[in-house]
Amino acid sequence: MKLNDAVWGALLLLLSAALLVHVQSFPTIPGQKVGPALFPGAIAVALGVCAVLLVLKGLAARGAGGESAEWIVLDDWTRRGHYVFAFFVTIGVNIFYILAIDWLGFLIVGTVYLSVLFVVYGVGRKWVLPIAVIVTLGIHYAFYKLLKVPLPWGLLQGVAY
Amino acid sequence: MTAWEQAFVLVFQPYNIFVMLAASLFGLFVGAVPGLTATMATALLVPVTFFMAPIPAIAAIVTATAMAIFSGDIPGCLMRMPGTPASAAYTDEAYAMTRKGQAELALGAGLVFSAIGGLFGTAVLIVAAPTLAEFALKFSSYEYFWLVLLGLTCAVFMTSDRPLKGFVSLLLGLLIACVGLNNPAAFPRLTFGSTEMLGGLGMIPLMIGMFAISEIIRFAVDTNPPLKIVDQPLGNVFKGMWGLTKKYPMQILRGSALGTLVGALPGAGADIAAWMSYAVSKKFSKEPEKFGTGHVEGIVESGSANNSALAGAWIPALVFGIPGDSITAIVIGVLYMKNMNPGPTLFTNNPQNIYAVYLLFIIANLIMIPLGWWCIKVSKQILKVPRNVLMPIIMLFCVVGSFAINNTAFDVTVMLVAGIAAYVMEDNGFPIAPAILGVVLGGMLEENLVSSMIKADGDFSAFFTRPVAGTLAALTLAVWFLPIVMKRLRRLAGA
Repeated sequence: MKLNDAVWGALLLLLSAALLVHVQSFPTIPGQKVGPALFPGAIAVALGVCAVLLVLKGLAARGAGGESAEWIVLDDWTRRGHYVFAFFVTIGVNIFYILAIDWLGFLIVGTVYLSVLFVVYGVGRKWVLPIAVIVTLGIHYAFYKLLKVPLPWGLLQGVAY
Repeated sequence: MTAWEQAFVLVFQPYNIFVMLAASLFGLFVGAVPGLTATMATALLVPVTFFMAPIPAIAAIVTATAMAIFSGDIPGCLMRMPGTPASAAYTDEAYAMTRKGQAELALGAGLVFSAIGGLFGTAVLIVAAPTLAEFALKFSSYEYFWLVLLGLTCAVFMTSDRPLKGFVSLLLGLLIACVGLNNPAAFPRLTFGSTEMLGGLGMIPLMIGMFAISEIIRFAVDTNPPLKIVDQPLGNVFKGMWGLTKKYPMQILRGSALGTLVGALPGAGADIAAWMSYAVSKKFSKEPEKFGTGHVEGIVESGSANNSALAGAWIPALVFGIPGDSITAIVIGVLYMKNMNPGPTLFTNNPQNIYAVYLLFIIANLIMIPLGWWCIKVSKQILKVPRNVLMPIIMLFCVVGSFAINNTAFDVTVMLVAGIAAYVMEDNGFPIAPAILGVVLGGMLEENLVSSMIKADGDFSAFFTRPVAGTLAALTLAVWFLPIVMKRLRRLAGA
């Protein structure tokens, strides 16, 4: 999904303005002219300048015609259902991981995570579960046992080793 | 024991040798699989190196990246698909050689001249870094301020043909660096009330997201049909290498030198070094008409350039803490975690660690030759590894790796958001490298700016009157304004 430069410019201009307002609330260091607001404030100003230039560039491109004249250009994959699905699943499994990891534990979440991706990416059905289980156990062993990372057990707390 | 002896002991420990071998295999594999890059290899290694002593941790990264930059040539040659962006410059050339039945010559040139370029870059690193460090010992906050600003400026102008978008990317990176308590008044900035953001956004989850997750998203929506591997028996890849060395000594030297220089410039790494070297090679060649038809000369030159850039990038990273490319941007994070804070004092206080880094580079480039030879032998098997199995595994590894640094699911969120952001940015023509440099250098830039301002006490001339600071300031302003001035002049001259 490609947005016209002017759209990016407008979004960045909003960000810059919000930042400029926000840094006004930062405290000053007593007796000093410079404080925590200086640096983000300077970034906001520079961002604002870039944003205005981007808006001008984008508007100029709209006048010139061609692909960059559109407000929005959709990538090829967005018109094909399977790829759109794959895109959302790729992001979705990570959200699932973040939300479910403490409750379900790594072994269950990891197996589901991999299985879902394998199915969506078109791995042969009979391979999905075996590979998912073996890899999850392997990663668990490497990080939990060898590197001592406290991966949560969740529901499987009873079999924790 | 002298520092050099200590360095030898550090490097030649069995554990370290084991780490280097394992990292070599990992690097060769990652480099050879299209869609997995050398930077990604580094990002994936970080969670593992987190649990190692400093020297093995650095050894793993140095070896894996050197191998990956070489093995990126393999799919370029056999599938017309670069394994890493650093091979993209001469992929068409290498593939054309394969079509002419010269696959082993292309692969051999890639391997041998990668190693030579890497050793050249290492030699420059060994000579230049201590000299620069001695010079840098005299730097105050004014010099560092300009140096960081110059580095960031280079990153914007070197990594993109669209400096405006590069600049936006840089500013966003600097903004991310502002998050948290790490500022002059220890005031929680841009944390949105979240306690997890008080310490700032984790560098490692950010990097893993930007370099690995974004690649996996790109894989998921890749509509191109899978590429075919050229089925051609590969003969002895070392045959004819001596002849090439004698035929193209100038090209090897020029490629290595340019590569080291481009590597040392902040932001630009092996990929840009290879593109520039290929162009230079064509320009100065006696037979430029042969370029693009399967002519080995450009591969010799740019193949040495991309590996020498790797070592070159370590020069500013070790001496000033300013990364020369995105790999060293991650390395700097690792150095801080290992209490090896980069800077000139690293050379005076712990010279054995620096000498060990030199040795690691030399060893990595030497073992590249046998291991690379073996990798070419089994390359067809590697290229057949199904990516639809590989990518989910890598992504789960990324998730666990991000979690492992601080044991918090918040870092996984940071990784995911950074990954999506990087994907959208690249899709819209915003280069990623300036953002990474902004994140890495934001704290340093602000710290030196604020302490300089306090020291100057309202007198801005202090930023320009010290000789080195003044020179760096002039250079920075020149990089900013010269392109605009030149454009105007050209327009005036034309009118």
